[in-house]
Amino acid sequence: MMEEVKETASVLSVHDDSIKVTEVLKDGDTLTFIIVSQKLSGTGEYHVDRTYEDFEWLQQHLFSQGDVPGIQGVIFPPLPAKPQVNASPRSIKQLGFLALGECQPYCKALETFLQQVAAHSILSKNKAVEVFLTSSDPPGRQKVKKNIFNRLSQAVEEMRKEGHKDVDEFFQNERDHNLVLTGCTKTAAEKFLDVVATEQKIAVACGHFSTALHLCVEPGEDPDKQAFSRVCVKLSEVFESIKKNMTSVAENNVNTLGLGLDLESRYQEAEREMLFRRTCKLVELENAQRNVEKAKPVKKAAMEEVKKAAETEFEHTSGVAKQEVKSTINNCIPHFHVSFHSGLVC
Amino acid sequence: MAASSDRNPPPFPTAEESEPGLCDMADADSDEGEDIFVSNSNPVSVSRGVSQPDRVSEEPSDLFSEEAASSTAAKANGVHSDDDNDLFADTNVELSTDKSSSSARKEPSGPRHASTFTPSPAAMQPTSLEQLEEEEAKDSFDVDVAVTNPEKIGDGMNAYVAYKVSTRTSLPMFRSKVFSVRRRFSDFLGLYEKLSVKQSLHGCIIPLPPEKSVVGMTKVKVGMDDPSSVEFVERRRAALERYLQRVVSHPSLLQDPDVREFLEREDWFEDKFQEVENEEQQLRKLHVVVDSLVIHRKELCGNTAVFAKSLAMLGNSEDNTALSRALSQLAEVEDKMEQLHQEQAASDFFIFAELLGDYIRLLGAVRGCFDQRMRAWQRWQEAQSTLQKKREAEAKLLWANKPDKLQQAKEEITEWEARVTQYERDFDRIGMTVRKEVLRFEKEKAKDFKSQIIKYLEAMLQSQQRLIKFWEAFLPEAKAIA
Repeated sequence: MMEEVKETASVLSVHDDSIKVTEVLKDGDTLTFIIVSQKLSGTGEYHVDRTYEDFEWLQQHLFSQGDVPGIQGVIFPPLPAKPQVNASPRSIKQLGFLALGECQPYCKALETFLQQVAAHSILSKNKAVEVFLTSSDPPGRQKVKKNIFNRLSQAVEEMRKEGHKDVDEFFQNERDHNLVLTGCTKTAAEKFLDVVATEQKIAVACGHFSTALHLCVEPGEDPDKQAFSRVCVKLSEVFESIKKNMTSVAENNVNTLGLGLDLESRYQEAEREMLFRRTCKLVELENAQRNVEKAKPVKKAAMEEVKKAAETEFEHTSGVAKQEVKSTINNCIPHFHVSFHSGLVC
Repeated sequence: MAASSDRNPPPFPTAEESEPGLCDMADADSDEGEDIFVSNSNPVSVSRGVSQPDRVSEEPSDLFSEEAASSTAAKANGVHSDDDNDLFADTNVELSTDKSSSSARKEPSGPRHASTFTPSPAAMQPTSLEQLEEEEAKDSFDVDVAVTNPEKIGDGMNAYVAYKVSTRTSLPMFRSKVFSVRRRFSDFLGLYEKLSVKQSLHGCIIPLPPEKSVVGMTKVKVGMDDPSSVEFVERRRAALERYLQRVVSHPSLLQDPDVREFLEREDWFEDKFQEVENEEQQLRKLHVVVDSLVIHRKELCGNTAVFAKSLAMLGNSEDNTALSRALSQLAEVEDKMEQLHQEQAASDFFIFAELLGDYIRLLGAVRGCFDQRMRAWQRWQEAQSTLQKKREAEAKLLWANKPDKLQQAKEEITEWEARVTQYERDFDRIGMTVRKEVLRFEKEKAKDFKSQIIKYLEAMLQSQQRLIKFWEAFLPEAKAIA
């Protein structure tokens, strides 16, 4: 067990794009993921095994970097929802494409998360990342100090603040654009999930047809009966292979476009959250400014301090945010690149 | 069957002279060379004067006409008068012991035995206890039965297992030397029940068939693959075989018409009717499955269309031109896919679902024909019984001496005689028609299915090729994103 991780900056010692989630082991209800990454210096690999809780631990550490300036402007790579061995219908719905297939899409999603974290200029410096990827011991499970993202309160205030007009045209555009894009991607992902589900149903129906045809075969020396039986057998084989084809088409869809849409959708959600955080900072700043103006002379100095702090924070956040947004445009492409090299879709 | 090749049959009353010759020939033949069932040797003679004319059964004597003629459907409806075959009912015949020497024995004794041929069974009875015991001591018979090939027919709770009952015999009373029929368990039980109530067999030890087993059979009906079901069927098959072997070993039972009917009667109509019913069940199941396939395909159409729209919207929202264009192109491809799915669904429906639906109805019509034949038969039977009643009435009137009513009675009898003849002819005719029609139907059906399936596969092949073209056209767009 590691000691409490100090929030000191560190340099990641592995290649970010070499990180792979190679396997998942099932032990009763627990899922353990094997993560392999290549060392930066020299040859060699790190092999670690992590549970979902370990991923959450990592995420918590990333969230709780309050001392890093502008941290709120970071688009945090999204962690997929918790997987369950005997998943409830609700959790299956929540996971969407990641619940389909054996474990492949889910592992890929975890992999993408780690790669994005490791590739991030700010996030990769967190020691927790190094520990997570290289330590043979499981990372600590101790509670991390308060994290700056209290999602529940965000949800409540969302209605009010989300629509708050921005002072910066760049960001206003980005917020509008993101809103549209998030909606579209989510819809596309849902509709594609429906398509894949129907493809699977067709595969099953073809299988039933194939079996039923096989039962039509009757023994007998009558030439007509034999002819009919032969036809049934051949057709049964045809439908068996149609079934196999459909099944592999559906599988392929899940692993390519399905996964792509899912990653894209969650990433856009993450961007939306970041933009919202920034908007909240803006609201804070504007409140502080008003307070300064309204303040009685006694309080004015204090208010001025608050305003200055808010200003700084807002500027840092915006600065980071702008960088993030610009690099996002390059981020989503790989997702779709992967998904479009899909096999034939029936 | 027990083959005591050393034993010679007891001498025939009039055949003593030929015995030495018999013995010689018996010795000359060995068991190894000859298989009675393959060779065209004349069937073995039986003692006590119930002899076999020295011909193969194609030229039937009156006695054997029933068995020898190929069963035109007319009387093979499971109902035929027992009169013809009762000649043997009470006869204690002794069957020959030596298979291999059968041909040897035949030649010399043939013509003589024809003369002892007599229809009166009473004369055949063994006259002394000694002779009775002697007969019982003989223990080999020229009938060999086997129960093989258990096959599950039908599906679900209506399923049953049909066994192949094969008979090899040299006895003249059967239609041929080697033949087989399909029987199910209830047929074996039915045979036992018929035999056990027969007056003529009272006092005989009737072998018992294996017991019914609801549990065992239900497991088989549900699925025949598990080891316990396989074992159950095998045990039953062996038990049924032993049962039949005991039945045919019993001289009285072997002569019984019901037993003979069980072994050799093939009622074309009964079997065909069963087939038709089974087929209808199967087609119904297929129809259900195809229906669900059609529904899912239509669903896929709808989902693909909706997905295509959502992709188009996504494409419009994306800034990146390459990605945006790729998404729009993908949306178009998906639209084309929807078209394809639509056609595929139509193909599934119109080719398969409708075809199956048509044939399910047609099979209903086929069953109707069988019903009509059954009704014709019933009409004939009723006319016969009415005729009988009229004859009885006439007899009564004769006794009561009422000449005026007698005339009317005679007229009625004539009328009904004509009717009986008419109905019998109708029945025969309808039987032939049904038979022809069913064969024609089966030919048509095989052709029809074949052509429709070919059509379906060709359509599918085409649609797959178009599909490939669509995706190949899209691929460069996808690659252009980076």
